[in-house]
Amino acid sequence: MPPKILRLLALLPLGLLLPGCNLVIMSPSGDIAAQQRDLIIASTVLMLVIIIPVMVLTLFFAWRYRASNKAATYDPEWHHSTKLEVVIWAAPLAIIVVLGAMTWTATHLLDPYRPLSRIDAARPVTAEHKPLTVEVVALDWKWLFIYPEQGFATVNELAAPVDTPINFRITASSVMNALSIPAMAGMIYAMPGMETKLHAVINREGVYDGLSSNYSGAGFSDMRFKFHGLSQAGFDAWVAQNKAAGGALDRAAYLELERPSVREPVRRFASLDPELFTAVLNRCVDSTKMCSSEMMRIDAAGGLGPAGLLNVAALEYDKTQRRGAGAAAVPAQRNTAQRFVLALCTPADPVGVRQEVAQGPAADAATPPAGQVN
Amino acid sequence: MSPNPDQMSFVFGRLSLDSLPLHEPILVITFIAVALGGLAAMGALTYFRLWGPLWRDWLTTVDHKRIGIMYVILALIMLLRGFSDALMMRAQQAIAFGGAEGYLPPHHYDQIFTAHGVIMIFFFAMPLVTGLMNFVVPLQIGARDVAFPFLNNFSFWMTAAGAAIVMMSLFVGEFAQTGWLAYPPLSGSAYSPGVGVDYYIWALQIAGVGTLLSGVNLVATIVKMRAPGLTMMKLPVFTWTSLCTNVLIVAAFPVLTAVLVLLSLDRYVGTNFFTNDFGGNPMMYVNLIWIWGHPEVYILILPAFGIFSEVVSTFCSKRLFGYTSMVYATVVITILSYIVWLHHFFTMGSGASVNSFFGITTMIISIPTGAKIFNWLFTMYRGRIRFEVPMLWTIGFMITFVIGGMTGVLLAVPPADFQLHNSLFLIAHFHNVIIGGVVFGLLAGITYWFPKAFGFKLDPFWGKVSFWCWLIGFYLAFMPLYVLGLMGVTRRISRFEDPSLQIWFVIAAIGAVLIAVGIGAFLLQIVVSFLRRDKLRDLTGDPWGGRTLEWATSSPPPDYNFAFTPIIHSHDAWWDMKGRGHVRPVSGFHAIHMPKNTGAGVILAGLSVGFAIGMIWYMWWLAVLSFAAIVIYSIAHTFNNDRDFYIPAEEVVATEDRRTRLLSAAE
Repeated sequence: MPPKILRLLALLPLGLLLPGCNLVIMSPSGDIAAQQRDLIIASTVLMLVIIIPVMVLTLFFAWRYRASNKAATYDPEWHHSTKLEVVIWAAPLAIIVVLGAMTWTATHLLDPYRPLSRIDAARPVTAEHKPLTVEVVALDWKWLFIYPEQGFATVNELAAPVDTPINFRITASSVMNALSIPAMAGMIYAMPGMETKLHAVINREGVYDGLSSNYSGAGFSDMRFKFHGLSQAGFDAWVAQNKAAGGALDRAAYLELERPSVREPVRRFASLDPELFTAVLNRCVDSTKMCSSEMMRIDAAGGLGPAGLLNVAALEYDKTQRRGAGAAAVPAQRNTAQRFVLALCTPADPVGVRQEVAQGPAADAATPPAGQVN
Repeated sequence: MSPNPDQMSFVFGRLSLDSLPLHEPILVITFIAVALGGLAAMGALTYFRLWGPLWRDWLTTVDHKRIGIMYVILALIMLLRGFSDALMMRAQQAIAFGGAEGYLPPHHYDQIFTAHGVIMIFFFAMPLVTGLMNFVVPLQIGARDVAFPFLNNFSFWMTAAGAAIVMMSLFVGEFAQTGWLAYPPLSGSAYSPGVGVDYYIWALQIAGVGTLLSGVNLVATIVKMRAPGLTMMKLPVFTWTSLCTNVLIVAAFPVLTAVLVLLSLDRYVGTNFFTNDFGGNPMMYVNLIWIWGHPEVYILILPAFGIFSEVVSTFCSKRLFGYTSMVYATVVITILSYIVWLHHFFTMGSGASVNSFFGITTMIISIPTGAKIFNWLFTMYRGRIRFEVPMLWTIGFMITFVIGGMTGVLLAVPPADFQLHNSLFLIAHFHNVIIGGVVFGLLAGITYWFPKAFGFKLDPFWGKVSFWCWLIGFYLAFMPLYVLGLMGVTRRISRFEDPSLQIWFVIAAIGAVLIAVGIGAFLLQIVVSFLRRDKLRDLTGDPWGGRTLEWATSSPPPDYNFAFTPIIHSHDAWWDMKGRGHVRPVSGFHAIHMPKNTGAGVILAGLSVGFAIGMIWYMWWLAVLSFAAIVIYSIAHTFNNDRDFYIPAEEVVATEDRRTRLLSAAE
């Protein structure tokens, strides 16, 4: 076969990609995903520089040096060529040097933790681009989106105005998930007790698919939501719609919501406990539980000695609340026995049973996010 | 520890009639088929009075060749199970669209994809790799057996015990629904309270003992038992890659064992290494399991690289191009495979510098790998290529593997991985390198060394049918997955909404069926070859014009492999001997000192299965008794001094005379 045909054959898999199906990763609507797309294409082209010749040469040599072709040179002892060795090590090395440099810069520029520096290729972020903060909690098996600045929350529906930087703060209630909106930006894991971040922007109005892209159990397949890229006016209307929906997401409502369910319809909560996300992150929405930030603070101060044993019950979260059992399964006496973290005391019950334990480090109300991943 | 302590009984632990999946028709029918097949096999063994020979010649054998063959048989059986899982997944994903639920509920589907991954890696690829290394390495280095023959038998049976535990989960209880690496917190007792994860843990722990000991054994064999003159830089490349693989096994598998012990402690005694409570950190598990998991990838692919090196130079009738750079490339890959693990979780929020570091180290691995591809390419250059079946697999590999390598490097670019991680693009990538690299290599290896093991070649017609079905089936099954990955479809999903995806899943399902035909053709090839064995007979012991030492002895080799230990003067020892007019000695044979068969491996592995059942089902009495029995039996076995014997000189003479007659008949 002449090499030309071989080259065309090698391109066949690429040809398959061309027909109109919706390759969202190849034609995204957000600037981060667009840069990731460009990087995918650039790396692929760079590697094809060496891959295509290798494929062509493989087929060509296989054909040229077939046993029945007595015209071809046969040199059974030829096994070394310094020049060739240099080439076969240097050629991949050269490509990896270029690709490595691209990787280093792109990884830093597209780091999901890095605040955006541009809205799209033409527009840098300026002071007038006020970012939108969205707090995301992956629940069994649905998504909770909290808009702390606007003071409302939704389940399984996310929206943002176009060309506005969005700062996501992400955590999970029970197991690992990953927040993925391929049209806007790459995914990032949502993990219990840890906060991950994503900075992204959507540049075109439209309705996009969002999903969990890390397997999280039986209801995983249905853990999808729609992401609405809206105009500023459309977004304001959407906010108003949520604010008008009624319903409050306080701690009790959250503990109810947290229980496993599948194919949850879109739900809206017009108001919410402003500390909710921090409490979820520190695994102390149930106010009888000690926040993990408090635990870390106590441990950092050297622990409590034998008195620390009392912390045990207050730290059990999963163990008393297995998936499917929900908040209802928490034994009632736990709710009254040992509450001692001041930061969570209510006005009606200002001191815990073991107040001397709680005083000191725990009195400081500012809670740093626990176990941040960086 | 159990959600419902009332149901626990002392004798049966948490095992009850409800644990039997009587409500799952698929499983009931499978069970009936397996039970009937098992009964038929046992009936045949009884009818033909084969129990005695089976026990004496196979189950208790310490002969590395027979153990190698048993590994391969185990692997092929497990391939059928793992591939059935694959077909079921493909069928489910091809029909579950637009509100249709498909035929597998999540509880069943999630077990299937977990079992598929676990079985294909641990109980198909690993035993097949270990089996080929076991069979070939001692022959290639001119040794009589491996360094520790009993340990070899024990390793095999521990691997088989692990496989038996996985198979048991199909019919008693359930398997893990966590994905093949069982990430906590999902695999912790809070979110997976059932027996599934315990089956997973104990199957891997018990098989892991076998894998680790087999690694120690082969490292010792290669380091200490090479024939005189066979220096390291004269070793056949397959032996080199085996050495590197076993070094990786010895260094990596203890990490897997340790991380599973920690997970077991979380599940059994309530520690908090990987829970969300008490400062436990699931990401620690993810790090540890990939510190084992990435070297594991190279444990599988390096021996395949070795097989391709042997096959290419044999079927091109030409010395391997760039032997030295091939060896260095292998060693570089071995070392680098330890510093890339984080690329499996760029998306867990590591910083940009950490991600870049691991991305770039990953890319660097492609340099020695690329050098290897070029070395095979230039071995073909100015060769005389015979397109026998092993060579077809090799060319299929070279074309297919570079695509997988390219998508692999693409996934090593962290920002690209943010989009492609966990997508079907990733699935397509690793099947591309595992099928296109490991499986093609192992099938080439089986075809290549089959005549050495059984004395007759495999029928080439069915081999070619199998090759083309696998090759085309692979492209049909996995190219659509690349496309689906770019459409933003993620892995492990059992139901879809977007109907435009369906056509791609249907194509993939057709590809999977074609691969099934390829597997069928492979099995048929063995049957046909057995029936036509007289026509396919290999009398010389060197059916392919081989270059390395295993082709110097008869097919199948005698129990003692070589009547006289060969002395090596050059690279490609057998080619060199043939070139210098080597004359096979026909007299002066001595009695040969050999290790004796023992049933200890079977018994210890059986006790281990009992221990695992006890631990999985909380039958504590069984676990305690089995564990005590393992310890006592192991100690007792060390006092067994009746472990060697001599093959009398007359028997060696008779064997070698038979070979002399065969050789003269062949001429």
